[in-house]
Amino acid sequence: MGGAVAHAPEIGGRTRSGFAEAWVPGTLEVQKLLRLCFAIILAKLIARLCRALGRAGSTLPGRVALRIAPGLIETLAQQARRGTVVVTGTNGKTTTATMLATILRSAGYRVVHNREGANLLRGLASTLCRAAGVNGRLHADVVVMEVDEATVPQAIVRLRPMAVVVTNFFRDQLDRYGELERTVGLVAEGIARLNARSCAVLCADDPLVAELSRWVPCRLIFFGVETRPWVPREMPHAADAKYCRQCDAPYRYEFLVYGHLGSYLCPRCGHRRPRPDVRLARFEPVGASGCHLEMRANGRSVAVRLKVPGAYNAYNALAACAAALSMGIHEEHIIRGLESFRGAFGRMEAVRVGGRRVLLALVKNPAGFNEVISALVRGADSGTIGLVVAINDRQADGTDVSWLWDVDFERLTQVAHRIQLLVTSGTRAHDMAVRLKYAGMDPARIQPIPGLGQAIRAALDAVEPDSLLYLLCSYTAMLQARRALERMKAVGRIWEDQ
Amino acid sequence: MYTLRLGHLYPDLMNLYGDRGNVIALERRCRWRGIRLEIVPLGLGDELDPEAFDLLFMGGGQDREQRAIFRDLHKRKGDALREAVRRGVVVLAICGAFQLLGHYYRTHQGDTIPGLGIFDAWTEAGPRRMIGNVVARMAIADLNFTLVGFENHSGRTYLGPGCRPLARVLVGYGNNGEDGTEGAVYENAVGTYLHGSLLPKNPQLADYLLGKALSRRYPGARLSPLDDRLEQLAHRVMVQRCMSDGRARSWSR
Repeated sequence: MGGAVAHAPEIGGRTRSGFAEAWVPGTLEVQKLLRLCFAIILAKLIARLCRALGRAGSTLPGRVALRIAPGLIETLAQQARRGTVVVTGTNGKTTTATMLATILRSAGYRVVHNREGANLLRGLASTLCRAAGVNGRLHADVVVMEVDEATVPQAIVRLRPMAVVVTNFFRDQLDRYGELERTVGLVAEGIARLNARSCAVLCADDPLVAELSRWVPCRLIFFGVETRPWVPREMPHAADAKYCRQCDAPYRYEFLVYGHLGSYLCPRCGHRRPRPDVRLARFEPVGASGCHLEMRANGRSVAVRLKVPGAYNAYNALAACAAALSMGIHEEHIIRGLESFRGAFGRMEAVRVGGRRVLLALVKNPAGFNEVISALVRGADSGTIGLVVAINDRQADGTDVSWLWDVDFERLTQVAHRIQLLVTSGTRAHDMAVRLKYAGMDPARIQPIPGLGQAIRAALDAVEPDSLLYLLCSYTAMLQARRALERMKAVGRIWEDQ
Repeated sequence: MYTLRLGHLYPDLMNLYGDRGNVIALERRCRWRGIRLEIVPLGLGDELDPEAFDLLFMGGGQDREQRAIFRDLHKRKGDALREAVRRGVVVLAICGAFQLLGHYYRTHQGDTIPGLGIFDAWTEAGPRRMIGNVVARMAIADLNFTLVGFENHSGRTYLGPGCRPLARVLVGYGNNGEDGTEGAVYENAVGTYLHGSLLPKNPQLADYLLGKALSRRYPGARLSPLDDRLEQLAHRVMVQRCMSDGRARSWSR
């Protein structure tokens, strides 16, 4: 059964066009309408029950609703007055989609968005059922959905988005997706099915994403970095696209932003990064928790002070900005939206627990983890830190934890003298402890505590009052950590660095 | 002070499942003992001198990357690699590299991709991927320990009489999901489907390989023991978990 996670059940043999296109409330067959309304009511009840039991309730309601009304995603999503935007890619989906939703809300739109990141078909269905009325109507201007890469072909057929944003491709959960090439292939398949009035918003700086342009049957917008000189960086050990997509010669990078993202050129066949339409013209970190950005397109300029750090968040803002511009959103709303953005669900959330400062960050693949380590190493000048790394190996995390050896943990030794506390946790607490030992951390100081609640309590007790406690969690560990912090009466998002 | 040299074959192409962890483990376990381990990357176009190395390592790659190294492996490094194995150089080949060191790989379409023939083994594309945690018991004489790792392959590998299995599977699929064998051993060359990474969590195997390399270069030299409590704990936790999961599975069948 395990392998079925990424695939939605194909229910019934209904052709999608008949149901979706002919839908006008007045003419809809009564039976279909009743089914839809019943599905929505049931989904709402299940969601309420889940929340009463302390669960997120972001997938089960949709799963049940899809059983009853298999066409509900298309029926509901297509009622959005301005249409749907799909955000996909390995890293930055949740943040980019949340930024875009924030921008659209500040432009006065009514937005439906799967903010908890439930991004398989059943998650999309849960989100739509929660937003819909029991009469089967969805009052929304725009639906913004982050979508799992493997679900993209089905999601595009059902949602018929007006825009698709692809952020990047990094190795991620190889046990679930198989090889990266397969993931890229699935997204290409979805892109090829866009209709002619849609728009594809692609990252020019990732050779794997830029290559998707070959399949785009509609308008195409590239976004990318163009500030120079970019701080020179070394390629991480487990980079995913060092070699030319056309002729396999190693790329020469004019500059590298992070991972394999940057301005690449193949010295043999001349294949190079396409010129970005929406460009990041300025990037300046502000302390450990923010940055100044300036984005340009067609002589228009958007300058913002972002309240989240790191080059990867600059890319997320750039992607959201490019998508918003493609929808004709005014610069003023983009600026207001991005400046009011305070971090997405579980992605570098700052909280206070009993007077202690805690920074909760999701780590799920080498590229993302390397960037979190960068932020941690740079932000550590200000004082001592405690570190809890919680790695689970459930289906949603990826059952294979080999990727921990692709993360450059060796860089943590640069700030070893500031790391006051080092706890590993989760179902793979011991694997993580071994990884840190081989990264050069003192094994006597590494404490494996598999129970996450216990690990967090132990860390909070041991960490000095003015230390910053980093809580780095794989996906299901992040959900557990949030619940544990809520029980400990954490105060959300009040602490800021400056 | 002892010095050993490790040749890392195609480090930036064949590095799919954290296989670099094996090189990290060998380097650290040498350093902790005061042995210098020189690591030499051997990429596309580099010549391989069969005399120059005590250990050779090659990880797994995606199909695209395996295609990219295929010509180079056969044209530039194949003979030297065979020669190195003949001379007793320690070789560790993981997953895709293990397949490439056999006689051939037969694809779904029936095409045959030739390997280097170092192991008397061949691989056939299978109908489904074999994915999951593995526990296996070493099948080499005098070595009585378990291996833990993670496998993810659709190729089924079968061993001929010219090589021996590395281990017997207790939980998981192993080479082909049929005969209970995992990996292959020929001279001092070891092939296996296990990543995880393999060596950090199986320090006894790491030391078995290092010990072979050391005593070949410096006859009489022996490895000093290390404090492996953390590694052994990680190993034991996974063995216990997999064995009890495995039992639960066989009951529910």
